[in-house]
Amino acid sequence: MSLALFLALHDMDDMPAGHAMTAMQTHESWWRRAIQWVTGLFSTPTSIFSPQATPAHTIFSLSMLVLAITLAIFLAVAGLMLYAIIRFRHRAGDSNADPTQVYGSNQIEVLWTVIPILILVVLFLSTARVISVNEQARKPANALDVVVIGHQYWWEYRYPASGVVTANELHLPASDPKAPTPTYMTMSSADVDHSFWVPNLAGKMDLIPNKVNVMWIDPHKPGLYLGQCAQYCGTAHAKMLIRVYVDSPADFAKWIAHQKMAAEDDPAAAEGRLAFEHTACVNCHTVNGTSAKGKFGPDLTHLASRDTIASGAIRNTPQNLRQWIDDPNSMKPGSLMPKMNLSSHELDAITAYMVSLR
Amino acid sequence: MMPPQTAGAMTFDSPPSHPKLWLDAVNEWFTTVDHKRIGMLYIGYALVFLLIAGLEAAVMRIQLAVPNNHFVSPQVFNRMFTMHGTTMVFFVGMPILFGFGNYLIPLMIGARDMAFPRLNAFSFWISAFGGLLLYFSFIGGDGLYGAGTAPDVGWFAYAPLTAKLFSPGHSTDYWILGVFLSGIGSVGTALNIVTTIVCMRCKGMTMARMPLLPWLYLVTSAMVFIAIGPLTAAQMMLGFDRFLGAHFFDVQAGGSAVLWMHFFWIFGHPEVYILVLPAFAFANEIIPVFSRKPIFGYSAMVGATVLIGFISLGVWAHHMFTVGLGPAGNTFFTLATMIISVPTGIKIFNWLATLWGGKIRFATPMIFSIAFLFQFLIAGLTGIMLSAAPFDWQLGNSYFVVAHFHFVLVGAILYMIFAAFYYWFPKMSGKMLSETLGKWHFWLFTIGFHLTFDFMHIPGLMGMPRRIYTYEADRGWAVWNMIESIGMIFQAAAILIFVWNVVRSYRHGEEAGPDPWDAWTLEWSTASPPPHYNFAEEPVVHSRRPLWDLKHPQAPDSDYE
Repeated sequence: MSLALFLALHDMDDMPAGHAMTAMQTHESWWRRAIQWVTGLFSTPTSIFSPQATPAHTIFSLSMLVLAITLAIFLAVAGLMLYAIIRFRHRAGDSNADPTQVYGSNQIEVLWTVIPILILVVLFLSTARVISVNEQARKPANALDVVVIGHQYWWEYRYPASGVVTANELHLPASDPKAPTPTYMTMSSADVDHSFWVPNLAGKMDLIPNKVNVMWIDPHKPGLYLGQCAQYCGTAHAKMLIRVYVDSPADFAKWIAHQKMAAEDDPAAAEGRLAFEHTACVNCHTVNGTSAKGKFGPDLTHLASRDTIASGAIRNTPQNLRQWIDDPNSMKPGSLMPKMNLSSHELDAITAYMVSLR
Repeated sequence: MMPPQTAGAMTFDSPPSHPKLWLDAVNEWFTTVDHKRIGMLYIGYALVFLLIAGLEAAVMRIQLAVPNNHFVSPQVFNRMFTMHGTTMVFFVGMPILFGFGNYLIPLMIGARDMAFPRLNAFSFWISAFGGLLLYFSFIGGDGLYGAGTAPDVGWFAYAPLTAKLFSPGHSTDYWILGVFLSGIGSVGTALNIVTTIVCMRCKGMTMARMPLLPWLYLVTSAMVFIAIGPLTAAQMMLGFDRFLGAHFFDVQAGGSAVLWMHFFWIFGHPEVYILVLPAFAFANEIIPVFSRKPIFGYSAMVGATVLIGFISLGVWAHHMFTVGLGPAGNTFFTLATMIISVPTGIKIFNWLATLWGGKIRFATPMIFSIAFLFQFLIAGLTGIMLSAAPFDWQLGNSYFVVAHFHFVLVGAILYMIFAAFYYWFPKMSGKMLSETLGKWHFWLFTIGFHLTFDFMHIPGLMGMPRRIYTYEADRGWAVWNMIESIGMIFQAAAILIFVWNVVRSYRHGEEAGPDPWDAWTLEWSTASPPPHYNFAEEPVVHSRRPLWDLKHPQAPDSDYE
């Protein structure tokens, strides 16, 4: 089973990079490098086996139990099968007479009915406990509320307490396991089904139109956590990526304060702002403090403060922005943002305006 | 091989033959109501669709071999997985299993045909038309203007992605109608199978003496009655939404997306067992013959099958652990799903006990069956992992699930279909399939299967969701996807060898004789291929293995059962 190997190797994931290449390099370092190479095969930012929040931790512990039990069953049953087909094969010199005809045995049937039932009782009770821990956890008073709305093919995040609205890059405060400040996400969809899945933080939860689901996470360490939409939602489903930025509580407070501000009005980008406000851009996008109040596409008030555009699919650089505004479908096929047939001059101006929205 | 037994192989003299016109032969196949010919039509039709759906899978594997690939567009990729899934379930799995059932059940219970031969022909042709209609969507889906298109909503077609707003054009309509028609055919055939088994068993064949294959088909067919109804109803509702402005799944007007999921999966999960029970049925016939022992625990096998039939109707929402059922729902469906592993385990243990103490002969049907045992064991164990709702919150809709259900559908069901094909082809055609080519087929396919589907579990655990046309290079999924794609090449080569084996053996194969495997059930008591009336005289049986009794008059089974 490659899994056992995987798990054993996973623990070594924390080894400092290039460990084998230090001055202490010896003749046996080839196997260290081999191990590192294999470990590298399994290192991924989205593994379910590196939990960084309580929900993912509880699932991880349950999965270890389930994997251990199923592995034991596999070894026992597959071992018996292998033994049977080798031991009871028809050999070259054997007579052609049929073996003893055996029709069955009630005692044995009872045995292999009762033993699996006992195993299932253990599995079921452990599972039921984890379901309860996750789904019936009491919401603490200091929990942060976030509303998550799925769109074809991007994520809308709203912070009701502060009135902040943003898109595609979710910011959360880290939660100290000793004094948890979890985030409760109220989820729905504006169009078709989507599913929010960041494997390091929790299992997935679907976003379904005309239905409200709630999930919570309490990331323990600051950092960037990746995931993507896990329910097929149409052409660009594969490019509906998720980025969760977990900040220290102080950084998070700073981020909220910045996002609450109205859009920057940089005089140098005035021409681009004019062009933006005079095209259909404003039908879909909001820029706080201006006449752009569209709801169909992502809020652009602080677009330049984000690392990526197109729901995590493209790095947020002026060149990429310009190409994106020119022809979104060339970068993300299926995107619902239309090509606006802008002139090269208008493109430059609007790109400059977008870059000014810090 | 034992000398062929000729018990009951007497046939009437054939009428004086005259040279047959090509057109007459076509006409005969089109108008036949003979259960054997209809069975072979089902099988042939399913094999053609197997090749088509395999090609669709190959397109997906090429696209996913490397990250950010541009082999096909996202639109084409989405059509490929939709058509691959729909075709495999409705136009390969169902027809091929009904095909074997049609062919074998009357022969195994000593009857001359199915209970309703004309209904039988109708069921086949309406299903076949459904398949053609589905594929017509490649040219007709967009109307006839613009490029052709096919459904791209996934084989479970979740609402509201299927609404007119999100799925314009007619591709989804073709999906609805094609599957709808195949459902009508399935219910017709299921009705036929149940009636045949209940009413047409030969003298002496009580239910307790019936071979396990008809028993399992009886349970499967009963499940078809219950399962197909909700699917058909859901498709009609969706059709009403799309054509008549109804609001069943129209979320903007208060409809429910979750309603579709319930309707679909209350069909969809029993459907898995509808497909897998016939595969178990083949194993129940093949494993004893090549172990040279009767099936261990006949009554336990029947009981386990009936239990699986009932429990499988109550597990559907384990496909919906992530839609927010709440703790009570998730706990209930975890329990129900775990319970079904008990009767399934009983089956595996009884097969193991059948091997135990036998003299196992590794003919091609048997090696496919042995691989089935191991692969089904793995599929069952990954199934237990997925049944634990919290584990499923991570694994659901990931490549781990894709790997799991391919272990069931390919590793178990398709392997047993191959086993059944090698086992009963001599009966159907009178010719043996080549053992050498059969072993090439087996080993190449097994290497390919394990390269593709063993390694598919890993990216699932590493966060790769299903149904994505491409993936980011920094996720560490590329190596595994490349290995999976290489496995596809082996599988394709194996399938080509299989097709070649069938064609070549049909023309130049060794004569099979009535009973090439020294088997024990009634189909081996008549000529290969059987005359259209099957048996010159109605057989009379005294035990579960009538041919064993004939071959061993000194120790017949009837003394021990």
